[in-house]
Amino acid sequence: MKDPRTVLSGNEAIARGAFESGVKVAAAYPGTPSTEILESLGAYSGPHVEWSPNEKVALETAMGAAFGGARALAVMKHVGVNVAADPLFTLSYTGLRGGLVLVTADDPEMHSSQNEQDNRHYARFAKVPMLEPSDSQEAKDLTKTAFDLSENFDTPVMLRTTTRVSHSKSIVQTAEPTVPPVKPGLVKNPVKLVMLPANARRRHPLVEKRMEDLARFAETFPGNRIEWGDKRVGIITSGISYAYAKEVMPEASFLKLGMVYPLPREMIRSFASQVEKLYVVEELDPFIEEQVRAMGLAVEGKSAFPLTGELNPLLVEKGLKNLPPGPEETAPKLPARPPIMCPGCPHRGIFSILNKMKLFVTGDIGCYTLGFLPPLSAIDTCVCMGASIGHAMGLDKALGEEALGKVVAVIGDSTFLHSGITSLLNVVYNRGAVTVVILDNHTTAMTGRQDHPGTGCTLKGEETFEVDLAKLAKSLGVKHVKTVNPYDLAATERVIKREVQRPEPSVIISRAPCILSRREKKVSGKPLAVDSDLCAGCRSCLRLGCPAVAWIKEEGTNAQGKKRKGRAAIDEFLCNGCTLCAQMCKFGAIKGNNGK
Amino acid sequence: MENRITNILLVGVGGQGIILASEIMADVFMEAGYDVKKSEVHGMAQRGGSVSTHVRFGPKVYSPLIKEGETDIFVAFEELEALRYLSYLSPRPTILLNEQRLNPPGVSLGNEDYPADVKEVLSRRAKTFRSIPARDLAVRAGDVRAANVVLLGALHSTLSIPEKAWTDRILKRFPPKAGPVNLEAFRLGKAS
Repeated sequence: MKDPRTVLSGNEAIARGAFESGVKVAAAYPGTPSTEILESLGAYSGPHVEWSPNEKVALETAMGAAFGGARALAVMKHVGVNVAADPLFTLSYTGLRGGLVLVTADDPEMHSSQNEQDNRHYARFAKVPMLEPSDSQEAKDLTKTAFDLSENFDTPVMLRTTTRVSHSKSIVQTAEPTVPPVKPGLVKNPVKLVMLPANARRRHPLVEKRMEDLARFAETFPGNRIEWGDKRVGIITSGISYAYAKEVMPEASFLKLGMVYPLPREMIRSFASQVEKLYVVEELDPFIEEQVRAMGLAVEGKSAFPLTGELNPLLVEKGLKNLPPGPEETAPKLPARPPIMCPGCPHRGIFSILNKMKLFVTGDIGCYTLGFLPPLSAIDTCVCMGASIGHAMGLDKALGEEALGKVVAVIGDSTFLHSGITSLLNVVYNRGAVTVVILDNHTTAMTGRQDHPGTGCTLKGEETFEVDLAKLAKSLGVKHVKTVNPYDLAATERVIKREVQRPEPSVIISRAPCILSRREKKVSGKPLAVDSDLCAGCRSCLRLGCPAVAWIKEEGTNAQGKKRKGRAAIDEFLCNGCTLCAQMCKFGAIKGNNGK
Repeated sequence: MENRITNILLVGVGGQGIILASEIMADVFMEAGYDVKKSEVHGMAQRGGSVSTHVRFGPKVYSPLIKEGETDIFVAFEELEALRYLSYLSPRPTILLNEQRLNPPGVSLGNEDYPADVKEVLSRRAKTFRSIPARDLAVRAGDVRAANVVLLGALHSTLSIPEKAWTDRILKRFPPKAGPVNLEAFRLGKAS
């Protein structure tokens, strides 16, 4: 028999749990640290697994499936839940027939996010239960529990992971998939599913009663458990914080919560009464701590552990043992190694032009946000998905003539389809003098190249309709739509210069596939080289911030007798032959290896 | 069988094959009968950013992260990156250093200097220090991309895990064509 043990990431384990639960429909928009859940689930045959254009659509699709009695999964990163919040809050009222699990993957420390909001608040806010695993085995088990709870209590169930649970790997026992208890089919129940005020008023008290029932259930739920140890210290904890606390103080007594909302109040009260000193160890907000405090219990939490950023074993140990900040090994000051656009990236040229033109660039979420970093330094705002166009519109309306020709919005193709379309429609409708550059690399690059409605391919790799961005913009009423090749710097600059001056809406589509794309024809890939005899040491090529181009300090003169402080060199292993640096060079010093 | 937890920290630069190496490690330790956890953060950088991966194995592992100051075996895939994580090292660690320098953007632009004396700093800090030309050995094995497997070979020689667990897992992990090259890379790393 095949060994049912395997090493899985938290994300892979959630996918496995959904598969074993007999999930029928799963929908998501990619977002770190959640992306691999649907990618892994897509590898199983059976369920319909899709990339939706955004998280709201994903949740609504899952809702439809659950209304039809099928088990459904919606997956998103923490800020994605903001996008899906509208359906979520009323889904809490309607309930469902098939189980519905909403995975929120939070990102404490903001490894790849714009904020570190604590989505446990959503459970209380939307009045739905929330489960939280500590490792991959629990991620799989609690996913299955979540589907059962969803059906048993007629509620969506949120499953919260964090980056450390999603992206850590540990051993998981797998099992065979089961057939869900509810049979899918069309069952009319408009009084429950049509949330007109009269119907919704009837549902709300039922929601409150459900939360009371769930709170009672939490008292005996095996995922909430007490591990008795030394009773001098009692620790209430959940998620990854449990792993850290257990690591540094295994001898203490633990109340480990698998369900973080609603809380098992009697269990907590009884635990607290039997330990000398009570701690809550939790990342980010004092979500559990404040509820424990409201029960009138004395507890230490955020007074001992940080409110911001990730916890780790050392921080938890310092908090629990009240250690003084000891003498830490001082790291020498080292050159930083930030993430950077790939060599040959189609975004690089655009940002070198925007930097040169000194425009105010309203930005968006994607690889191109890295255009903020020097030497490109050409992103001036970045807040949330799709915001770039609204920002440019607001600047135009507030500043009028003063901003004309000085502002441009940049947004990726996937981000534009996620939530930029309505903003562009608004620009047309309210006559904004706004220029939008759609950086169309034909993929959702930042999260690892997922498909979207503009790629012609589904999550499962099947061919499908492909939206035409130029026609879409025109159909919204944009009269001036230009497509440019971002590897042609001069032509692209001419178009941007002309379009930003236009006192009406315009769209520039910068079209070239992501350099990491495996499907599409990209730039040559043949590395260029610097002719050291011709290099004048002017550093123009370095303004691109390409990792393949380096500066060699070396005072002297080139073959033309021009004085220089150093020279440029190209790393042939990194260079993808995009030729941007050759276009920047006024001395013709950068050439193809074949002499061209 | 080790009855304590062994902490292994791998550091380097995105694209060097660190995550793949750590995945092979996790599978090998599970096969050898241990509990295992590993953790890294990915997402923001497709390529080129600083990467660190924690791998821990033993009878029962709770935290996927190594506590600062407790790394037993430190595998640095890149010289500068090695210096970034000194605070994670135990007082007397084993250090395996890949002799490779990848310039970060500030150095490429000529604004910052690549640190000197990396080997000296590390060898002073280590109980056991080995400097390994993994790239050259990988080329000798037949593929420059196998540098990560060279380092796995070097790592193997510091642990007491049966060699077969490693070679079996390496063969499973790569397409059949790439098997012999990677086994050779592992062997060269072990002997380095």
